[in-house]
Amino acid sequence: MAEVRLDNVTRQFGSVVAVNAINLTIADGEFVALLGPSGCGKTTTLRLIAGLEQADGGHMYIGDRDVTNLPPRDRDIAMVFQDYALYPHMTILDNIGYPLKVRGTPRAELTKRVTEVAERLQIGNLLQRRPGQLSGGQQQRASVARAVVYHAQVFLFDEPLSNLDAKLRVEARAFLKRLQHELDVTAVYVTHDQAEAMALADRIAVMNHGRIMQLGAPLEVYRRPQNLFVASFIGSPPMNLLPCRVDLGARRLVFAGGAALEMTGMMERLPASLRDGEMVTLGIRPEHITIRETAGASTLPVKVYVTEPLGGESLVITQMGDLLISIRLFQDEPPSLPDAVWLELNMTHTFLYGAEGELMR
Amino acid sequence: MEQKPAIFSARVGALFLLPALAFVALFLLFPFVWVIVLSFTNQTLTGATAANPEFVGLANYERLFDFDRWMRAGEFGSSLLITVQFVLGSALIGQAGLGLLIAWLFYRRRGWLRTVVTTLVVLAWIIPEVVVAFAWFAFLDRDAGTFNNILDAFGLGRPDWLFNYPLLSIMVFNTWRGTAFSMLLFQSALETIPPSYIETAEVAGASGWQKFRHILLPLLIGHIITDLILITLWTFNVFTPYLLTGGGPRNQTQLVSIYTYETAFQFFRFGQGAAIAVVIMFINLTLAMIYLAILRRQRAAT
Repeated sequence: MAEVRLDNVTRQFGSVVAVNAINLTIADGEFVALLGPSGCGKTTTLRLIAGLEQADGGHMYIGDRDVTNLPPRDRDIAMVFQDYALYPHMTILDNIGYPLKVRGTPRAELTKRVTEVAERLQIGNLLQRRPGQLSGGQQQRASVARAVVYHAQVFLFDEPLSNLDAKLRVEARAFLKRLQHELDVTAVYVTHDQAEAMALADRIAVMNHGRIMQLGAPLEVYRRPQNLFVASFIGSPPMNLLPCRVDLGARRLVFAGGAALEMTGMMERLPASLRDGEMVTLGIRPEHITIRETAGASTLPVKVYVTEPLGGESLVITQMGDLLISIRLFQDEPPSLPDAVWLELNMTHTFLYGAEGELMR
Repeated sequence: MEQKPAIFSARVGALFLLPALAFVALFLLFPFVWVIVLSFTNQTLTGATAANPEFVGLANYERLFDFDRWMRAGEFGSSLLITVQFVLGSALIGQAGLGLLIAWLFYRRRGWLRTVVTTLVVLAWIIPEVVVAFAWFAFLDRDAGTFNNILDAFGLGRPDWLFNYPLLSIMVFNTWRGTAFSMLLFQSALETIPPSYIETAEVAGASGWQKFRHILLPLLIGHIITDLILITLWTFNVFTPYLLTGGGPRNQTQLVSIYTYETAFQFFRFGQGAAIAVVIMFINLTLAMIYLAILRRQRAAT
């Protein structure tokens, strides 16, 4: 068990900066998810921690050891890959026991320890099989078992659930979270699936272009996205982001096409630096909008575009000029609506983002 | 399988195949049968038996397997033993071993060194035979050869390689000449192994040798057997060393291919030469069957 610390770690591939001076401290026993779109640098960050990539700058520490220049085998880590990487020519017993074998563990003890771990992961009856004879879920467990068996200090997961079908994925997710709590190990988990990151992690690091855009507890990241990127990435559907102009005199936000909203309810949260006429982006989650059939004192006129029943809830997608605004309703059947409706926004749940995409208080 | 509509009827198709089949029959099938027929006769180029060859039964074969004399220099047994040494040394250990070593050393590495080594190895493979033989003849020459000039510069003397170490010389030559095939085969086989296999082993604590022994080698074994089948057969039949040593000195490098050539085309004893060719054919067939059986068993195990 150990803390993992990245200090200004950089990795370049030619002219592309995959990881750009990242600072990240993962506490002992903490589960941190690296979340972001393809090419954001999350996998490279994980591989840097593993030692499978060499940092071009910065330092890395596991516990109090500087591991920056250590090869993977000396870092005391375990890693689970997306394709499970089970060796087709070995039985499951030999696969799980491989890390023990290279450490020179006697065969009897190896078999004993592998059997213990396999029982715990409910694959004890499969030890004599070969990987090809196992289902995807069983292979995934075998590959986790191989990581667990040698008591490494840090667990690294590279999208370990991506190859499972949707139902198994939810199961495996719960099982991984449970296991991490029981073992009380430090874990770093790479995923592009925000639901997975939210469900599993103690903290999420949202990444883009080789940088960490926000680091925080899942709900913190969801409730208070620090910038436009995180706002547009977290949430399904993501936050509605509406460009508008600040009219300080009339205390209104004016949208393209002339529609306007009163800024009451958000005034006390506005930064002192906000200038009259400044272009900003108003952010609001789909669940904080109410649909009205008549115009109100502060409503946006929109056209209903489509409605989507999602089972437990439904989505109404509306259109204002070029903008699509989605509204989440916690009812299983979408309401029947006239073509033209008005949206009332709960202003206490709105965010203003500045021209650089930063959250303004 | 989806049935594609035929462009030609089967009959028209057969018609198009006819010229090719005729060629195969004329230049492959006919000589094959003819060699077997020839091996039971005393056909020669000149003399009485040139015009009127006689059927001699198994006499040609008995001559080959006359165990009183067959291990003498210049006889079939001796030639076979030389060939076995040559195949073991230059194909199995030399080409396959060196090819595997190079492929492994440059596994998951890029850069100019890999490019240079790969290019040189492949170059040795594609240069025309006569050019290569002449180059090595010049390289190994006792008095003016590059190799001895280098050795001499370090005070290591000037051995006459082709005279005193002829078998070793042609083994080194053939290794140099043919490593490319094995190397390329193993390089592309290594490319097909998912990187995560090796990375998992790296993270789990395996050393370089352990990664090779436990992960790469078992995954390559099918390719290694395939490679051994091919290079064994090729090396068994290779003739290029004749250009270097002419089978000598004193028949020390008389491979079976050279033995056949000398019998049939230097002493013009066609019948005898044909018998040797038939025996070699059976040896090759047996070797291929053994390898294929191993390959089948190996596939069944995984």
